[in-house]
Amino acid sequence: MLFLELSARNVRLHWLRSLLAVLGIIIGVVTIVSMGILGNSLVLAISDSLSSVGDSIIVTPHSGGVGFGGGGAGTAPESISDRQVDEIRRAVAPDVTIPVYSGSSRMIIGGEDAVGVIYGLDPDDIPVLLEIEEGTFLRGSSSAMVGARFAEQNDIKVGSRISVGDKGALRVVGILKERGMGFDINPDYGIVVDSRWFEQSYSPDGYDLVIVKVRDLNQINDVKAAIERQLNRRDTIVDVIDTKAVLETILTAFGQISTFTTAIGGISLIVAGVSILNIMLMSVTERIKEIGVLRSIGTQKHEVRRMFLYEALILGLIGSSIGGVLSIIGGYAVSMVMLQTTQYLFVPSSLIHILYGIAFGIGTSLISGFYQAWKPSNLNPIEALRHE
Amino acid sequence: MEEALDDPCRNGALIRFHDVTKIYPLLGGDVTALEEVSLDIGEGDFVAIMGPSGSGKSTLLNLMGCLDTPTSGDLCIKGRNLRAMSDEELTSLRRDHIGFIFQQFNLLPLLTAFENVQYPIILKTGVRGGEARCREVLDAMDLDESLFSHKPSELSGGQQQRVAIARALVNDPEILLADEPTGNLDSKTGSAIMNLLDELNVQKRKTIIMVTHDPAIARYAKRTIRIVDGKIAVEE
Repeated sequence: MLFLELSARNVRLHWLRSLLAVLGIIIGVVTIVSMGILGNSLVLAISDSLSSVGDSIIVTPHSGGVGFGGGGAGTAPESISDRQVDEIRRAVAPDVTIPVYSGSSRMIIGGEDAVGVIYGLDPDDIPVLLEIEEGTFLRGSSSAMVGARFAEQNDIKVGSRISVGDKGALRVVGILKERGMGFDINPDYGIVVDSRWFEQSYSPDGYDLVIVKVRDLNQINDVKAAIERQLNRRDTIVDVIDTKAVLETILTAFGQISTFTTAIGGISLIVAGVSILNIMLMSVTERIKEIGVLRSIGTQKHEVRRMFLYEALILGLIGSSIGGVLSIIGGYAVSMVMLQTTQYLFVPSSLIHILYGIAFGIGTSLISGFYQAWKPSNLNPIEALRHE
Repeated sequence: MEEALDDPCRNGALIRFHDVTKIYPLLGGDVTALEEVSLDIGEGDFVAIMGPSGSGKSTLLNLMGCLDTPTSGDLCIKGRNLRAMSDEELTSLRRDHIGFIFQQFNLLPLLTAFENVQYPIILKTGVRGGEARCREVLDAMDLDESLFSHKPSELSGGQQQRVAIARALVNDPEILLADEPTGNLDSKTGSAIMNLLDELNVQKRKTIIMVTHDPAIARYAKRTIRIVDGKIAVEE
């Protein structure tokens, strides 16, 4: 207790010096936490726009030979046939298989021209894949649902009519909820129609892609292997993409960016650590004679060490606590500037960075304190007493 | 073989130097500060150590104060050979049995006069206490109670030295080591401090070893040891 009090008095006596050290820690903690929050918000923002497709396997016609000429290219089909869809369905059962037609076309909406993507889906599969924002799912083969962005850009409402090239008119029955960027389909910028209408209008050779929704994500690799076994026995007929793996790759990349930003913050904390080291060095140098007195009247080495450690701990605790509080403001500012949103600030995975920052701040102070505490405790008391 | 069994610390002296040599290794060559010094100091002694600068007076005092250990020879304090003791044991011996009085007073600047006196008690017991004992020693030093809460920088030299002696006495040590205790004081205050030390020696039977240049101050002691070139030249 006495040593803690002595340290506290010394911190108070040299208040300006202490203030500078505390300021260094505050800046260090605020930087590391803000950068950590920014990195985490970045990952959250990206994963939010991708997460809905993390449970899918996407099967597309193999594109390997295209562009290289020769025999290989000729054998590669440009679409997936009904028979192949059935094979996939058998291979992945009981997981749901959703075959998709896709194309794009010029459309006339309320007299205005627009170009959009058209997806043809079996009406029974649509609720598995998409969510409705307004209106209903498809009713009758000449109805359509419109992606949120496409509706917004072209001023489309439930009940609007869309003329698709020379294929006739569609009535809008529903607006889809915004889905974000996906690896399977991107209906935000297009329309979704009944597969029967698509077949009648375009007479496609086969499906453009097949989506398999995997219920148990741990099984995703087995399901993928089953499809490969079924269809790519002799030649590679289809490409099978596991969106979870793609998602993980992307998230890992952003995770690394997040680590990088936190590391930048860490550098500033190291600078703060050096400033504490410097201040402790001054404190020790100034008090060499006092240390000699302390030792000569019977203070043990470990007690002298404790006194200097407490001093670093006091500075570290004050600096880190203030830094922790201020870093909420820092995180808010960085999120607003970089992401234009603060919705990822008050979530546990962002707020935990405040605890990390505080712990790191106190840790840095203790390490520099420990180094400096070691020296005075080992001073020769006679030489220390002679020091002026 | 018989000599090795003969423990030099078992002769009953409070402090015993037996052929003590102290050599300081320096870059320019070793410096012999003390050379085969043998000396016994008993309980209740009052010894003045005199000699020119660099003669080894302070080395002698530092060795008695367990701040240093001999290069060779045996130094015994309260029957214990310093050679066999760890730093922690030496520190505890200083804390419990030896009181230091310095020329520069050396009070802790962050503590008040009262807290400076209380500090060794806290070191010894680990708890803040002994207020009555602190008052007792401060009263014995004739320090006005209004000064108890003052920091050392707010006290005169004489007042600081009274606080320093109170600090040295508070754990009731057998040995008081004083390094030029009046060196920074005017003659009037100096003799007041010496009267206090004399009282402690006569009434409380404290063993006092004092380094001084001043023959007038040395006259307070019962024994005077003169050191020249690291050896005891004369003992009076």
